[in-house]
Amino acid sequence: MMTARLQFSLVSPERELFSGEVDGVDVPGEEGDFGVLPNHAPVMTTIRMGAISIKDGAETRRMFLRGGFADVTPAGLIILAEAAVDLATLDAAKVAKDLRNTEEDLADAKSDDARRKLQDRLGYLQALQNAMMN
Amino acid sequence: MASLKEFRDRIDSVKSIQKITKAMQMVAAAKLRRAQEAVEAARPYAARMSAVVGNLSVAMDGRPGAPELLVGTGKSDTHLLVVASADRGLCGGFNSQIARHARVEISRLLGEGKTVKILCVGGKAADQLGRIHSDNMLDVISLREHKNIDSTVAADISTKILTMFEAGEFDICTLIFSRFKSVISQVPTTQILIPAMQSLDEAASAPDLGGAAYDYEPDEEGILKVLLPRNLATQIFQALLENVAGEMGAKMSAMDNSTRNAGEMIEKLSLQYNRKRQSMITTELIEIIAGAEAV
Repeated sequence: MMTARLQFSLVSPERELFSGEVDGVDVPGEEGDFGVLPNHAPVMTTIRMGAISIKDGAETRRMFLRGGFADVTPAGLIILAEAAVDLATLDAAKVAKDLRNTEEDLADAKSDDARRKLQDRLGYLQALQNAMMN
Repeated sequence: MASLKEFRDRIDSVKSIQKITKAMQMVAAAKLRRAQEAVEAARPYAARMSAVVGNLSVAMDGRPGAPELLVGTGKSDTHLLVVASADRGLCGGFNSQIARHARVEISRLLGEGKTVKILCVGGKAADQLGRIHSDNMLDVISLREHKNIDSTVAADISTKILTMFEAGEFDICTLIFSRFKSVISQVPTTQILIPAMQSLDEAASAPDLGGAAYDYEPDEEGILKVLLPRNLATQIFQALLENVAGEMGAKMSAMDNSTRNAGEMIEKLSLQYNRKRQSMITTELIEIIAGAEAV
C-alpha cells in the first residue's frame, strides 16, 4: 500500500484559499457529511453551509464554507466555495457583534429585497457562530 | 499677436493640466495593479468551474431533460447582449472600442432578422449605443457605487439575467467585454453565456477516472440546476474583473500620453515665450540706441 496523499484545493470566486496535499478532508455535503481520503471514488456533490475539516498529520484546520461544490476525482478533491473563511482567524466577539448588528438592521429594514439579503446574512452568521463553538 | 502675459497664462494652464493627468495616471497604475491581482486570483475558480461544467455536460450529452441553461431553448430569435464597459471616460479608446464591437454585433443580428435586447454594465457604452439603439436598451447597471468589484455584484447581474431567461424574454445571451491582454492591449471579446454548452472549451473533456463512473449527489440534474447559475455568475464576475483591469490599463496609457503631450506643449510654448521676450528686449534696445544717436 502506497502512502497516498490527497491533492486538495479550495477556491472561492475571489481567490484560491488552499492548495496542497493533505491526509483527508471532511466535507458537509448537501445530503450528509462525508470524508474524503486519497483515492476516493469519483463523486460530484453540492455542499451546504458549514465547516470543512482539513486533516494533515496531527493538525486539523477548519474552514467555514458558504455553500458550493465538491468535485472528487482519483486525482484529488476540488471544492468550489461560494465564500470561505478560515475559522482559526475569526474573532468570536466580532462575529457576535456582526450578528447583533444584522439583527438590528433586519428589524429596521424597509424593502423586501433588503430584508431578504439581511436574512441571508443572519443565517450565515448564525451558522458561523455555531461552527465556531464546536 | 499674443502678449507675454497670454503666453505665461497658457503655460501655467498646460502645467496644471499636466499635473492632473499625471495624478490620474498614477491612480490608474495603482488601481491597475490591484485589478490585475484580482483577475489572476479569480482565474483558478473560473477555470475549475468550467472544467466541472464541462464534465457534467459531457455526461448529460444527448440525454433528454437537460436544463435549458445548458442546451438552450432550441430557438435563437431573441438575443440578449450584455455589454460591459467603463463607467468613466478619459481612458483612451477603451469605451469606443467596446461600443464599436457591440454595434457590429448588433447590426449583424438585426440583419439576420433577430430581436436584440441590450443590457449595459457600465455607463459609457450605454451612452454610445443609446444614440442608435435606445429602443433595444433594457437597462444600464452602473458600477460606480461599487468601490470594489466582488462576486456579489456579478451575482446580482446574473440573477437579473436568469429571471429574464426563466420568463422567456430571450433565447441566447451573449456577453461582450474587453479581455485584459496587457496594459496596452484590451481585446473586445464575445462570449456566449446561455446556452452554456456553446461556450465550453473543446479542451474540457472528461477527466481520467481510472475506469470508475462518477457518482452524483444529488443527481446530475440537481447539480446542474445549482451549478449553471453559479457558472453564469462566475463568467460574469471574471468578465467584470477583466473589464476593470482593462479600463485601468487603458486609462493609464491614455493619461501617460496626455502627460507627455502636455510636456511637449510646455516646451514649445516656453520656446515661443522666450523668443518673444528676447525680440521685445531687442526692439527696446534698438529704440534706445537709435534715440541716443539722434541726440
